[in-house]
Amino acid sequence: MASAPVDSIPSSLLLPLRIEGLVKRFGELTAVNGVTLELKSGECLGLLGPNGAGKSTLIRSIVGRVIPDAGTVSIFGERADSAGARMALGWVPQELALYPKLTCRENLESFGEYHGLRRGALRTAVAWCLDWAALTDRAQEPVKNLSGGMKRRLNMAAGLIHRPKLILMDEPTVGVDPQSRNRIFEMIEKLRDEGISMIYTTHYMEEAERLCDRIAIIDHGRIIALGTRDELVRNAFASRSEVLARFANVDDSVAAWVKQRGGLYDNGMAQFTIEHASEIAGLLDAATKAGHELADISLRKPNLESVFLHLTGRELRD
Amino acid sequence: MIFPIVRTALIGLRRDRGALALSFILPIAFFTIFAVIFGGRRDTTPKVSLMVVDEDHSVASERLIQGIEREGSLSVKKRPAPKQGVEQPDYTAATAEAAVKAGTAPVALIIPHGFGKNPISFGRAEQDRPTIQLLKDSSDMVAPQVIAGLLQKVAMTSMPDIMAEQGSKYMDEYAGGFTPEQRKRIEAGLEALRRRESAESGGQQTAAADPNRGMPIAVTSRDVVGENKDNPMVSFYAAAIGVMFLLFTASSAGGSLLDEAESGTLDRVLSSRVTMGTLLAGKLCFCSLLAFSQLVLMFIWAWLVFKLDFIPHIPGFVVMGLSTAFAVGAFGMVLASICRTRAQLGPLATLVILIMSSIGGSMFPRFLMPEAMQKAGLLTINAWAIDGFTKVFWRDEPVSHLWPQVLVLLGVGVVLCAIARRLARRWEYS
Repeated sequence: MASAPVDSIPSSLLLPLRIEGLVKRFGELTAVNGVTLELKSGECLGLLGPNGAGKSTLIRSIVGRVIPDAGTVSIFGERADSAGARMALGWVPQELALYPKLTCRENLESFGEYHGLRRGALRTAVAWCLDWAALTDRAQEPVKNLSGGMKRRLNMAAGLIHRPKLILMDEPTVGVDPQSRNRIFEMIEKLRDEGISMIYTTHYMEEAERLCDRIAIIDHGRIIALGTRDELVRNAFASRSEVLARFANVDDSVAAWVKQRGGLYDNGMAQFTIEHASEIAGLLDAATKAGHELADISLRKPNLESVFLHLTGRELRD
Repeated sequence: MIFPIVRTALIGLRRDRGALALSFILPIAFFTIFAVIFGGRRDTTPKVSLMVVDEDHSVASERLIQGIEREGSLSVKKRPAPKQGVEQPDYTAATAEAAVKAGTAPVALIIPHGFGKNPISFGRAEQDRPTIQLLKDSSDMVAPQVIAGLLQKVAMTSMPDIMAEQGSKYMDEYAGGFTPEQRKRIEAGLEALRRRESAESGGQQTAAADPNRGMPIAVTSRDVVGENKDNPMVSFYAAAIGVMFLLFTASSAGGSLLDEAESGTLDRVLSSRVTMGTLLAGKLCFCSLLAFSQLVLMFIWAWLVFKLDFIPHIPGFVVMGLSTAFAVGAFGMVLASICRTRAQLGPLATLVILIMSSIGGSMFPRFLMPEAMQKAGLLTINAWAIDGFTKVFWRDEPVSHLWPQVLVLLGVGVVLCAIARRLARRWEYS
């Protein structure tokens, strides 16, 4: 079947992002290992994984700042580092990539001009960004004088100055207090309401659950699970519940016992899945008989953290 | 407790290559450069260049020239260097003056017609003797003094028979065989001498008015370069110090590239429409503009405060200023591109710029350096820039004469830009 040439397809119909078989190595380390991913129009996709999982490298590959060893990245049908892709793409890097001696307005004007905005269009874009980031009253303030939360918001605004159709947010809430974090969530939700497609990387499960339509769990450069929050939990646990047990004694015999019982053990904490709450009594009884003293036990509905632990055997924040 | 503190500091120093270089390499480099400049090694002691024009072609003039040539501290040229293997004619008074103006040598000696008839004279005969002309570049305050002194020495040592002949002539004239009449005349002569000495002891003005009095040969010196300058050395120092600080400014401005790389701003900029080539071009423009502004300020200050003749030289200044600013800006870009961090840039820039400045003449005039050092200086931006500004402000040369300096500075700038572009590839992608 012959496919239509990309040029003849309206960009609104093209996928905002398509990644196929992406591989990136740094020496011996494979940071991204065969990632294939598609982002639908207007969707917010979360990349959830611990530090060093390969999230930032994947993002940088999409931005065109990393040359992959294999695979392709296309943005609205265009190659990642092409001029068209650059205009369609907005990037909020993890670092505060701002000019500290310039004011908020001057920073936004500079980045706007780098994206080719001039005169009226630039003024309008700067005004929109200042309003979106709730920084209008601090427009003339040098960045170095702003609070951490304000800097984060300006950092996000600078990535959106050219009003891109696809936004990549690389851990935008790192080092931000809870109040500022909520404000950032509201800003992102506003973008979602406008139908902008987004990739959002984080290692905070709550953020992924609140903001993302679908979540890709990434570990060691691979996407190990992809779906909505409910799909991920259902696939990992079906209708089972999760029992978390903390042992008073931490030694190898505990780990061996947990494994023998079909659970996961990590750093003094064991995770078991059960079908009915009545199974907890049997678990307690078996632990006592094996000579292991339990310090704490709890039953909870599985969440993304549980899914990650279930899939990797490690905590998300390791 | 002291030992761990010392050990920690030593480890820190060992791992800070910049601080290590500043502590040990820079002092050694500086010591070596200045030891060579100031003649630490005998065979590199600088010789004073001297052009000689013989208009007399007499036995006496030739013997005087031979005597001058035997002086180990002088490098004597009677004609320009051959061009494309063709011998050039001997210097004339006009070509020698032009050569001094062009800076080929700081001094030219012109032995006039008739010198051989009365080369050495004393007393009354001094009035009729021919005068040797010394054409000098007043920016070199040492060479003319050295040559004037050596000339009198050579006159006395290279022509002993003429000295004796002149002596007996005077003896015959004044003593005449020591008859009573002769004694009377000697007494009269001595009395006259005493009167003159007495008059001269009353002040220095007579001697100052005729510096040749009592000297065996008559020499008059004339500035052919800088004769109308109010403050002869100020243009040299404005250029010399200016260029050195330009290099520091450019390296610091180029360092903004490293700041951006370290903060992540560079990544963000390069993810926009801005390419690495555009970014470097922008930074180069900024560095060059800053350097040019600094030069403008420096020369205007020299004009206002030190009476530098700035206004008539504005066209030459603009040409040299822009060429220098471009080369210096490109230099700043290369330094920034070589370094991994801003912390590396500081020590490296200090090291390179101070060495360039000391060899290139920003700290010590190149014409006073040994020949090998003068040639080594041509590897620096400083030397070419200072030479160009000297042509403009000191030698009053037209803009068209600046092409060698402009060409070299622009060429250096282009090469450095290419190197910076190549090195900056590491920031483009990872």
